[in-house]
Amino acid sequence: MIKFTVLFFLLIVSGIANAAPDGKALFNKHCSACHGSEGKGGVGVPLSLPSFINSVSNEYLNRTIRVGRPGRIMPAFPQLSDAQVKAIVSHVRSWTDMPTVKFDPTPVIGDKKHGKELFLQRCAQCHGVDGKGGKGTGVTFSRKRDLPIIAPALNNSGFLASASDMMIRNTLIHGREGTPMVSLLKAGLKEKDIDDVVAYVRSFQKSEVVSAKDETYDAAIIVDSPYSLEETIENLKQAIENQNFKLIRTDYLEHGFVEEGKENKKQVVLHFCNFNFLFEALSIDPRVGMFLPCRVTIIEREGKVQMMTINPMRLSKLFNNDGLNDACKAMTETYESILEDASL
Amino acid sequence: MNVFLKSLLLFCFVSANAGASDLIMARSPLSFSEAMTNLQVSLREHGYTVARVQRIDVGLTGMGYKTDMYRVVFVGKADEIKYLANKYPQMIPYLPPKVSIFAEGGDTLLVTANPLTFAQMIDDEKDRIIFQRWESDVYSVFDDFRNAE
Repeated sequence: MIKFTVLFFLLIVSGIANAAPDGKALFNKHCSACHGSEGKGGVGVPLSLPSFINSVSNEYLNRTIRVGRPGRIMPAFPQLSDAQVKAIVSHVRSWTDMPTVKFDPTPVIGDKKHGKELFLQRCAQCHGVDGKGGKGTGVTFSRKRDLPIIAPALNNSGFLASASDMMIRNTLIHGREGTPMVSLLKAGLKEKDIDDVVAYVRSFQKSEVVSAKDETYDAAIIVDSPYSLEETIENLKQAIENQNFKLIRTDYLEHGFVEEGKENKKQVVLHFCNFNFLFEALSIDPRVGMFLPCRVTIIEREGKVQMMTINPMRLSKLFNNDGLNDACKAMTETYESILEDASL
Repeated sequence: MNVFLKSLLLFCFVSANAGASDLIMARSPLSFSEAMTNLQVSLREHGYTVARVQRIDVGLTGMGYKTDMYRVVFVGKADEIKYLANKYPQMIPYLPPKVSIFAEGGDTLLVTANPLTFAQMIDDEKDRIIFQRWESDVYSVFDDFRNAE
């Protein structure tokens, strides 16, 4: 009997999983947080922009959902079924009346050396000398709301795995109305020149989609203190000031969870901030606030005092945002300096 | 163990992890203040304590930046925070768990790290259930947030 019950359960659950997916619901769950409920953009690009949606193929959207943009925030969604991806793309398509564009998969042949010269003259100002794209993301902190899009990273392995040569060529020829991307044809280039630029952009491609950096870092930075708990706290306050950070608050780890006065007094948290650094971090990625303001926790266990912080180097991977690497490295060094100063 | 039960357990495990991602995000069409209220109600309904709400934008506006509303909500269950802090001191910098909530135009965004990413710091397999439960609750709270009207 139990075999039949289990089999019945599996069939029911499989049936639910195989029901026709709801593209709008899937988009709202997986995409709308960044791209907006109606695709108007936000942390992510504005998918509903007519000049964008009418110039990309379904293959491009499918592949983009599958492989994402390693290191450029857009995550990969390998867990979605083909039907679910198709349903999301159909939902995105429902925002326009234009027929879906298709591109010939034939590679574009061009002179990439000449293409590089043209790229440096015409494209590098927005897309970067090496095609790494514009800085920052989202309209919240990092850019004005009237700027609809940040120049995409043309050297990104996810982009190159998604975009065909002919799609890139089409964008170069027509530009994207409503964005800073102009038509290179109207700007004076010939179609042969544009083929050369496409060949240069394609030369960024590696053999496979490169995953975001996978270095492993310790989750926490932990330093033993030779001082008492109280002395360590005072040393830390001074070290924090020495690094031009402002101490915001001192409280206990259990603050807010237990009745006031009953917290574990051997677990103390110092909260501090440097507003310039805060603004810079939020400009790079508005989502990093969950690890702000900066904190050092001091604990005493079995007569041993330790100072500990998060390891910011561990976090840039979490956000799939290579733009955070430098800021995270700088913050890691700052944390290490503060803990070292306090333990001297 | 019966092969059918094994299959069932494997199926449930795969299903539970099929949607795993490092960051969990949601968008609400509600204004910041309404969305913040709904978030706190949902968290409490799921049995969590909101220990503190930290303003992140106060220093920025003080410096003349035109910023949107941005808060970090410190949230958890007292017994679990105490248990994890005592057993896994290396987790303390990540405790209590935090949720960012910030305005983007007329909408409000919610972001948190998937609790399962922190489960990598523990070495006792039986404690993984805490993070699995947190993850399940986070998805439920975020669904509430996304669907609130």
